[in-house]
Amino acid sequence: MARMMDGNEAAARVAYRTSEVIAIYPITPASPMGELSDQWASTGRTNLWGDVPRLIEMQSEGGAAGALHGALQGGSLATTFTSSQGLLLMLPNLFKLAGELTSMVLHIAARSLATHALSIFGDHSDAMAVRSTGCAMLFSSTVQEVHDQALLALAAGLEGRLPVLHVFDGFRTSHEIAPVELLSDDDLQALLPSELILAHRQRALSPEHPVVRGTAQNPDVFFQAREAANPYYERFPDLMQALMDRLGERTGRSYRLFEYRGHPEPDRVVMAMGSACETLFETADALVHAGEKVGAIKVRLFRPFSSAHLEHCLPHSCRALAVLDRTREPGACGEPLFQDVACALMHRRSLQICGGRYGLSSKELTPAMARAVFDNLSAEHPRARFTVGISDDVSGLSLDYDPSFTLEEPDSVRAVFWGLGSDGTVGANKSSIKIIGEQPGICAQGYFVYDSKKAGARTVSHLRFGKRPMARPYLIERATFVGIHQFDFLERYPVLERAEPGATVLLNSPYTADQVWEHLPVEIQRELLEKKLRLFVVDATGVARTAGLGGRINTVMQTCFFALSGLDGMEGIKKHIEEKYPARREQNLAAVAMALEHTAQVTLAGRVAEGEALEPLVPEEAPAFVREVTAVLMAEQGDRLPVSALPADGTFPVGTARWERRNLAREVPVWDNELCIQCGKCVLVCPHAAIRAKLVPPWLLADAPDGFLSQKSMFREHPDQLYTLQVAVEDCTGCTLCVDVCPARDKSHVARKALGMAEQRPLRQKGREHWEFFLKLPQEPPSKASQVKEIQLLEPAFEFSSACVGCGETPYVKLLTQLFGERAIVANATGCSSIYGGNLPTTPWSKLSSGRGPAWSNSLFEDNAEFALGLRLAADAQAARARRLVEKLGLQGDLRAALQGRDDPESRDLMALLDSLNPRSIWAVGGDGWAYDIGCSGLDHLFASGAKVNVLVLDTEVYSNTGGQASKATPLAAVAKFAAAGRSMPKKDLGMLAILTGRVYVAQVAMGANDTQTVRAFREAEAFPGPSLIIAYSHCIAHGIDMGKGLRQQKLAVETGHWLLYRFDPRTGLELDSKEPTRPLREYLESEGRFQILRQTHPESAARLAEEAQQQVKERYQRYRALVASRSE
Amino acid sequence: MTLEHPLIPSASPLTSSLDGLKRLEDAGAPAVVLASLFEEQVDLQHELAESIRHQGAEAYAEAVSYFPPLREYRVQADEYLELVEGARRRLGIPVIASLNGCTSGGWVGYASRLERAGAHALELNLYHLAADPERSGAEVEQRYLEIVQGVRQQIHIPLAVKLGPQLSSPVHFVRQLEKAGASAVVIWNRFYQCNLDLEQLEVVPHLELSRSYEMLSALTWTAVMFARVGLDLAVTGGAHTVEDVLKALMAGASAVQMASELLLHGPERLSQLVLELGHWMREREYLSVEQLKGSMSQQRVAEPAVYLRANYLRTLQYGGERWRG
Repeated sequence: MARMMDGNEAAARVAYRTSEVIAIYPITPASPMGELSDQWASTGRTNLWGDVPRLIEMQSEGGAAGALHGALQGGSLATTFTSSQGLLLMLPNLFKLAGELTSMVLHIAARSLATHALSIFGDHSDAMAVRSTGCAMLFSSTVQEVHDQALLALAAGLEGRLPVLHVFDGFRTSHEIAPVELLSDDDLQALLPSELILAHRQRALSPEHPVVRGTAQNPDVFFQAREAANPYYERFPDLMQALMDRLGERTGRSYRLFEYRGHPEPDRVVMAMGSACETLFETADALVHAGEKVGAIKVRLFRPFSSAHLEHCLPHSCRALAVLDRTREPGACGEPLFQDVACALMHRRSLQICGGRYGLSSKELTPAMARAVFDNLSAEHPRARFTVGISDDVSGLSLDYDPSFTLEEPDSVRAVFWGLGSDGTVGANKSSIKIIGEQPGICAQGYFVYDSKKAGARTVSHLRFGKRPMARPYLIERATFVGIHQFDFLERYPVLERAEPGATVLLNSPYTADQVWEHLPVEIQRELLEKKLRLFVVDATGVARTAGLGGRINTVMQTCFFALSGLDGMEGIKKHIEEKYPARREQNLAAVAMALEHTAQVTLAGRVAEGEALEPLVPEEAPAFVREVTAVLMAEQGDRLPVSALPADGTFPVGTARWERRNLAREVPVWDNELCIQCGKCVLVCPHAAIRAKLVPPWLLADAPDGFLSQKSMFREHPDQLYTLQVAVEDCTGCTLCVDVCPARDKSHVARKALGMAEQRPLRQKGREHWEFFLKLPQEPPSKASQVKEIQLLEPAFEFSSACVGCGETPYVKLLTQLFGERAIVANATGCSSIYGGNLPTTPWSKLSSGRGPAWSNSLFEDNAEFALGLRLAADAQAARARRLVEKLGLQGDLRAALQGRDDPESRDLMALLDSLNPRSIWAVGGDGWAYDIGCSGLDHLFASGAKVNVLVLDTEVYSNTGGQASKATPLAAVAKFAAAGRSMPKKDLGMLAILTGRVYVAQVAMGANDTQTVRAFREAEAFPGPSLIIAYSHCIAHGIDMGKGLRQQKLAVETGHWLLYRFDPRTGLELDSKEPTRPLREYLESEGRFQILRQTHPESAARLAEEAQQQVKERYQRYRALVASRSE
Repeated sequence: MTLEHPLIPSASPLTSSLDGLKRLEDAGAPAVVLASLFEEQVDLQHELAESIRHQGAEAYAEAVSYFPPLREYRVQADEYLELVEGARRRLGIPVIASLNGCTSGGWVGYASRLERAGAHALELNLYHLAADPERSGAEVEQRYLEIVQGVRQQIHIPLAVKLGPQLSSPVHFVRQLEKAGASAVVIWNRFYQCNLDLEQLEVVPHLELSRSYEMLSALTWTAVMFARVGLDLAVTGGAHTVEDVLKALMAGASAVQMASELLLHGPERLSQLVLELGHWMREREYLSVEQLKGSMSQQRVAEPAVYLRANYLRTLQYGGERWRG
C-alpha cells in the first residue's frame, strides 16, 4: 500500500537506511531531511546494516561538506542534505569529492540562489551552479521518484564511483504530500551489492594500507590526471540505465535517463527537468488527444550528459524542440540544459532548438503556460529565447498564454482551504490526505502555500483527490471546494478566485445562514452569484469553544469538508483524534458530532450584490510605488506584475510596512491615562512599535479627534506639556507584552493596569484616526536619552515588522534605531531578522521624520561580520578622502554652501562625499546561528581587526527561522531539532570568548530582566572606539512558551542564572549586572516547553542534564565573579 | 494491611524516587505512600505535547514546526507507573500509590493501571477547593462519593481516601465513604494556600512545612470518629514528635503519616521516632499499639463532651485569663 509523505521524507527514508554517517546543517527547504534523520537516530532506528547512523550537526554547510568528505575518505557510507546557498558553500568539496571519484549521494531540495534578493522557494539555480563540479546529477520529478532515485543515485555512485547530486524541486516536490510505494530493505540490498560497499571501504584511508591522496600537481601532469577519470563518466549513463532497469524489474516502476511521452511522430517536443516535466507530459497528452503531434521529454540524468541517450530518445520526426530551464544564467547564450541539448543535437540540422526559462522561485508552470511553449514551436518563427509564466514588458521575452486552458481531472475533488497560520488548518488537511489518500483506489495530493509573514500568517492548502494518479505540480486552478477558515479573510484575500462555477464554499462564520449575506463584502457577494457557488456557513469557532477546544476549529472544518465534499473520512477523523489528541479526545469527538448540526446552506436565490465596496488596501496618500507595486503584492496579485514594475537591482524604498494595515489582533491594549506613570516600558518592549508616546504642548491637542487621550507630563524638564500614549490598533498584533510589563496598577483593583486589552474591532476606526493624528504631532528628541522613560520619546525607524506575535528580538532592533537610527547602516545576517526585516511585500525599516534613517542590507548568512566590516572600511575611506579634500580645498564652515558654484573635479568629488562626514554607526545584526556557528570565524576576524563595528546578536538559542534547529547557543538539556534527545553540550560562551580578546566591548543583556542595563549597554557599545558585541536574550516561539509572558521568562532566566547580565569594557573591566542566582535553575527549565518536553521523551537524560546545567550555572557565575574580582585587584 | 509499626511516610518529594523510597525502607518505614500523581499532570502533559506540536506550526514556509515531532513521548503518568513497578520490585514493604484529583475525568482510569503496576493499596487524595457559588456542600460531597465509587469499581486493593477538613458533617460523610467502598480515611489533607506578593502585587504559590499544632484538628476528629465508623483512620499533617504520634494513636488512628519531619531531618529520623515510640511504650508498659489505639477517643474518655463544645468554653475561659495578664 502506498504511504502518503512528502518529498523530503521520501528521500530521507532511503538516505537514512543507506548511511553510516550523516552530516547536517539546516537550510530551507532541505531541513526536514536532516530533522527526520536526527529524530530517527534519537529513537534508535537502525540503517540497513543494523546500526544507528552517526549524525552530526555542523556549523555550516561548508563544515558539513568537510565532514562528509572525511567520513567518505574514512570508508563510511555518508550523506548530507542541502539547498541553495548551502550547496554553494559545499562547492569546493564537491570538486574534491568528484576529483577523487568518491561514491556518495547528496540530496538537494533545489532552491533559488540569493541574487537581487533572497528567496526560499524552488528552482534549479543552486543545482546548476554546481554542474561543473564533476558530480553526477540526477533529477527527480515526483515524490515517488525522489524515493526511488535516492536509491538509484547511491547504487550508481557506488558502482560508477561518482558522487551523485540527487536533485528535486524545493517545496514543490520536497513539501508536496503524495503517495509513495516504499522500497523494502530487500530492494535496497538488491541494488547495493556488498562487494561494492566493501570496495568503497577498501579505498578508505587506513594506516594498514597507507596512501597519499590529495597531492599538489604541477603543469606537467595535472591535465593528464584530470583526463584519466574520463572512462568513469563515459560508462556512467549506461550503468545508471541498467540500475533503473533492475529497479523496474523489482518494482514495476521503470525509469529512463531521458523519457519521452507523446505522439509517436511528433513535430514539436518540449523538454525539462524536475517537477515541471509532469505538467509537460500532461499537456502533451491533452494536445495529442486534440490531434496535435507533440511530445515531451523528462531529463533525469543531467550529468554526465549522455548525448547518445538523448539522441535515441528524441524522435527524428521532431522539427522544433523547446528546452526549458528552471534557472537563469545572465549573460549566457542560453541556460544550462538548453546549451547541453543544443550542443548534443547540433548535427540535426533541420531541428530548431529554442531555450526558455520558467518557474524561478517556485513560479508556477501551469498547463496553460506549457501549452504556450508548444504553441511557440508551431509559429513560423518560434521565439528562440523566451520566458514563460511572467509578463516581460522590458525585454519582451515572455510568451503570452491563455490562463483559461486547464487540465484538471473533471471527476476529482479539488479543495482549497484558507487558514490562519497555526490554526490547525494545514495539520487537518495533512491528516485528511492521509485519511483519504491511504484508502485503496483513491489517489491524493497535497500542497501547502505559506505566507511570508511570521505573525498572523495565512495558509492556503491545495488538496486533490481522485481515482487516477495525479502528478500535478501546480496549484489548483479550478476548485470544487473552497474552505474559508477565517471570516476576516473575505476582506483581505481573493478567496474565491480559484472556485470553479458551482463549487461548494464553506465559510467559518459568526453569522447564521440567514444573517451572513449582509456581512459579506460586495465583491464576494458578486462572485458567489456570478459563479453560482453553493455557500455553507458553520460557526466553527463557536462549536469549537462549546466543545472545549478553545479556538481550534480544525476538527469542525475537517468534518464539514468531508460531509460536503462527499469524501468518506468520518471514521478516519475519529481514528486520527484517538491517536493525535489523547488529552482532548472527548472534546474533539464532541466537535465532530456537533459540526454538521451547526452547518447550514445559505440561500442565494433572489440575493443581489449590494453593500459598500472594500476600502483600497493602501490609502491614496501612499507613495506611488506602494500604490502601484506594494499594494498589488499585498492583494496576493504579485504574479500579475510585469517585469517593469520591479527594481532591477533589488533596491526598495523603506518604510512600506506602515501602509499595510493588517488588523491582526482580536484584542489590543487600551490606555488608562489616569493610572499611567509614563515609565515608557510598554513603548520599549513592543515588538512591533505599535505603541508610542509623545510629549506635546497642550495647544497642539486643541483640535485632537474625539477621545484622544493625554495626561499631564511627569517629565521634570517638561512640566507644562501633555503626555500621550497611542496604540496603532491596526498594526498591533495583540501580543500583550506591553500589558504584562506595565507596572502601573489600580491601587484598589490590582488586576487593572494602565494598559488593558480590549476587543479591536470596535476600536478600529477611532484608533486609526487617533494614530494618524498622533503621527503628525511633532516630538522634540529628549536632551538626553539614557533612561527607558526618555527612550520612549525617540522615534523608531523599525516598525510593524512581520515578526512573530510577541517576538523577543525586535524590541532590541527597534531600540537600535531609536538610539542610532539617524546614522546607522545595518548589515543583517540571514535569519529571522532578515526575513521580518526584508521580506516583501512590506518592510519595517523606515525613515525618521528628519528624512534620515537606517540603511539596511542583507548580504548572506555566513558573511555578515565581514560585510559590516566592509561597510566600515568604506565609510572610513570616504570620510578620510572627504576630510583630505576639505583641507586641500581650504574650505570651512558650511561645506555644502561653500561648494556651491564650484565645478572643478575635486569639488564635485567632495560634494558627493559630503554625507560621509556625518558619523556612521555600523551594525552587524543577526541571530545565534550566524554568530555562534556559521559566521563565527568572520566575527572572530572582525574582533581582531579592531574596526569600529557594533555587533548585535539576537540570541534565541536556536535556529529560529528555519524551525528550531539546535545551534551552539542552544543550552544544555534543551530539546531542539537536531537535538531531539536534548542538547548534551553546554551553550558556547560567546561573550567570554570575545572578552578574552581584550579588544572588544561585550555586553550581555535581557530587556525583560533589566531594561536600564540594556539601554546602557547599547549606548556604551556604540560609544566604544573599537568593535562591540551585544548578546541579547531573545525569547522565542521555539522555546515552547506563552509569548505574552516572554519578558517574565527573561527575568526568570536571569534570576536563575541561566542568563548573566554584564558589561565588559576592555579599558575598565567587567561589570557584573546580575546578582548571584536567587532561584534554582529548575524553575526556569520547568517553565519552558523546550526543557519540559525532554522529561517526557528522555526522562533519565532530562534529570541528568538538568543537574549538569545547574552545576554549570554555578560555575559560570563564579568564573565571571572571579573576573570582576581580578579587576578590582 | 498489617504493618510493622504505625509510622508511615506520606506522599512527599521523598517518596517520588526509588532512591528516596529505598532510604525510607532502610530507615524502617513499614509502608510508603508514593508522591501523588495529579489529575492535572495527566492532562497537562498531553496538553504540553499538543502545544509543542502546534505552537507556531504550519504558518510559515521555512518553519512548519519548531520542535522535533513528538511521535513517541511519555507522560508523567507513565513514569509514575514505572515508579510503582520499580518500588514494588525494589522494596520489601507495602507500596501505596497516590492519586490526587477532584473531577470524574479520565485520570480516574489510572487507578486500575496502578493496581496492575503492583500497588498494594491506593490513596485517593480528594483535593478540592469548593469555590463555586452555584454548588452546595452536599453536591460537592456527592461528587467525592461518586469518584470514590468509580475508583472502587476499578480496583480490588485497599482504598484510602485522604480528605480535607472542610466538611459539614465529617463523621456522617466518612460513613458514606465507607459505603462507597473506602477502606480507610486519612485526615486531614493540608491545603497549600496562596500568598500575596506585596511588591509585584501578585498572588503566588506558598508552601510551608507543617507544625505540630496543625495536627490538633485531625486529632479531635479522629477521636470523634473512632469506633463510630467502620474503616481505619490515619492522621496526617503535623506529626513531628513521638508525642504527636502517641496522641494520634490514642485518639484512634491506626497509622500516622509523616512528611515534613522527614523532609526536615531526613528519612533516618523515622527510625529514631520508632525507637522513641517503643521506648515510651515500654516505659509505660504498653504491650501493643492496639492497646494504645483509641484509648483516648471520644467514647473512651471520662468526659466525651470535652471534644465538643465543652472544651470550647473551657478554652475561652482559661485562654481569656492567660492573656488578660
